[in-house]
Amino acid sequence: MDSIISIKGLSKTYNSGFEALKTVDLEINRGEILALLGPNGAGKTTLISAICGIISPSSGSVTVDGYDIIKDFRKTRSMIGLVPQELTLGAFDTVWSTVRFSRGLFGSKRDDAYLEQLLKDLSLFDKKDSEIRALSGGMKRRVLIAKALSHEPKVLFLDEPTAGVDVELRKDMWKIVHKLSLQGVTIILTTHYIEEAEEIAERVGVISNGELLLVEKKDELMESLGKKQLLIDLKEPVKKIPSSLEKYNIELSDDGLQISYTYVVKDEEVDVSVVLHEITNSGLLLKDLKVEQSSLEDIFVGLVKEES
Amino acid sequence: MNLNAIKVIYFNEMMRFWKTLFQSIASPVISTALYFVVFGSAIGSRMENIEGVSYGLFIVPGLTMLSVLTQSISNASFGIFFPKFTGTIYELLSAPVSFYETLIGYVGAAATKSLILATIILVTANLFVDLNIAHPFWMLSFLVLTCVAFSLFGFIIGLWADNFEKLQIIPLLIITPLVFLGGSFYSISMLPELWQKVTLFNPVLYLVSGFRWSFFEVSDVSVGISLSMIFLFLAICIAIVAWMFRTGYKLKQ
Repeated sequence: MDSIISIKGLSKTYNSGFEALKTVDLEINRGEILALLGPNGAGKTTLISAICGIISPSSGSVTVDGYDIIKDFRKTRSMIGLVPQELTLGAFDTVWSTVRFSRGLFGSKRDDAYLEQLLKDLSLFDKKDSEIRALSGGMKRRVLIAKALSHEPKVLFLDEPTAGVDVELRKDMWKIVHKLSLQGVTIILTTHYIEEAEEIAERVGVISNGELLLVEKKDELMESLGKKQLLIDLKEPVKKIPSSLEKYNIELSDDGLQISYTYVVKDEEVDVSVVLHEITNSGLLLKDLKVEQSSLEDIFVGLVKEES
Repeated sequence: MNLNAIKVIYFNEMMRFWKTLFQSIASPVISTALYFVVFGSAIGSRMENIEGVSYGLFIVPGLTMLSVLTQSISNASFGIFFPKFTGTIYELLSAPVSFYETLIGYVGAAATKSLILATIILVTANLFVDLNIAHPFWMLSFLVLTCVAFSLFGFIIGLWADNFEKLQIIPLLIITPLVFLGGSFYSISMLPELWQKVTLFNPVLYLVSGFRWSFFEVSDVSVGISLSMIFLFLAICIAIVAWMFRTGYKLKQ
């Protein structure tokens, strides 16, 4: 697949000695939505800041559309839009003036028609002459997105776009991301909400302690690491699991009324039908059954735990 | 060269000036008028002419320099400090903008504001005294160079300061005393000999002296030395700013 951002051996140690990134390698595909998932302080913002030029990497290289972020910083930065995590905006600027400022700052010619459309798309147009301090938190977040998109970037970084945002606005934000993606913008978002990654990302990268633990397609990640649990309710309680079932990973609940069989979906050796057949043949009286799949959250917690 | 960026930084900074237009014009007009009432009329009428120039007239260049110096520093330092303080600096750092472009935008705007201010002060002064400028070209050159040099200096303070206290401390504790002791309101020939020598270490003396020469052809030190000193100060400021940007000093790690 065609990659738009290529990160090789990127590391960052702050002056304080804190190693925020440890040799990160990552290829980001053109047009994809990539979610970088990780707990607070994992290095997500450091990674984004290094690509955008806000901090200088300690070592390694990054190219955007083939251009080096340091040697050809003008080319790479004009292709990138960044929505920061904090609501950092000049309080006394109007929406219109701040968006126009951003466009100019990124070297684009004045284009009021484009900016008007942009504000309309983000439901900001009727607030265009309002001072930013008069806007709600959600509106400010939209203004930051408008600023980041003001110069028509190919790549958009969203750093925790929905942190502290209510459910309604969060869903709105997801819609905006989808729409931008359809327009061909590559989107990289950081989040510690698993739900968010699960909802909108195509690929998921997990960062913890400055290391990129894995990057995989969301569905494949769910499949490869996803565990399923077969839960069977019994008609009558049993004291122990029949000996014929001992070879399987089957557990009995405390009240003896439920058995659970946990298996990895991708595991070639697992054949659920064989296990089910043996359970029915073991003499247990089945009442009901259901299957539960682990969420991205379970996978994430598992990975981070393993790491630490 | 990202001309669009220079343009928006410059106009964005100038916007702040226009937004507070009344304050921007009223305060220099009032303070100039006060200085003239107190020093020019009340005290000045009892003072002898200094090197053939009446006292009211004599203080005009010093008075202009006093405002230009303090305003250049405060405008430029605030201009770059504020985005650092609010966090909006992220945009400047992530934009395809080189340090020269940033510098031209911010310092250009601060220097322009100081020039406008100096014009207002000189026009106000003209209401009180009959102002004749002997060398208009040199007057303008000294003014522009001073505006630029001290805006640059202000920019450095703005980059260096990480709180409001630091932002105020240099203008308050260093610049204001230097201006007052740099012959703004007197000729250094009026001082005892030892203090005349000490004053030669005050860079503001050279600015005021050169500027005053362009009005009345009267100066404490030679014009050539004045001019060289301004250029030296300018060069030092540019070198410091260049170093700050190259190393990302207080801007990025």
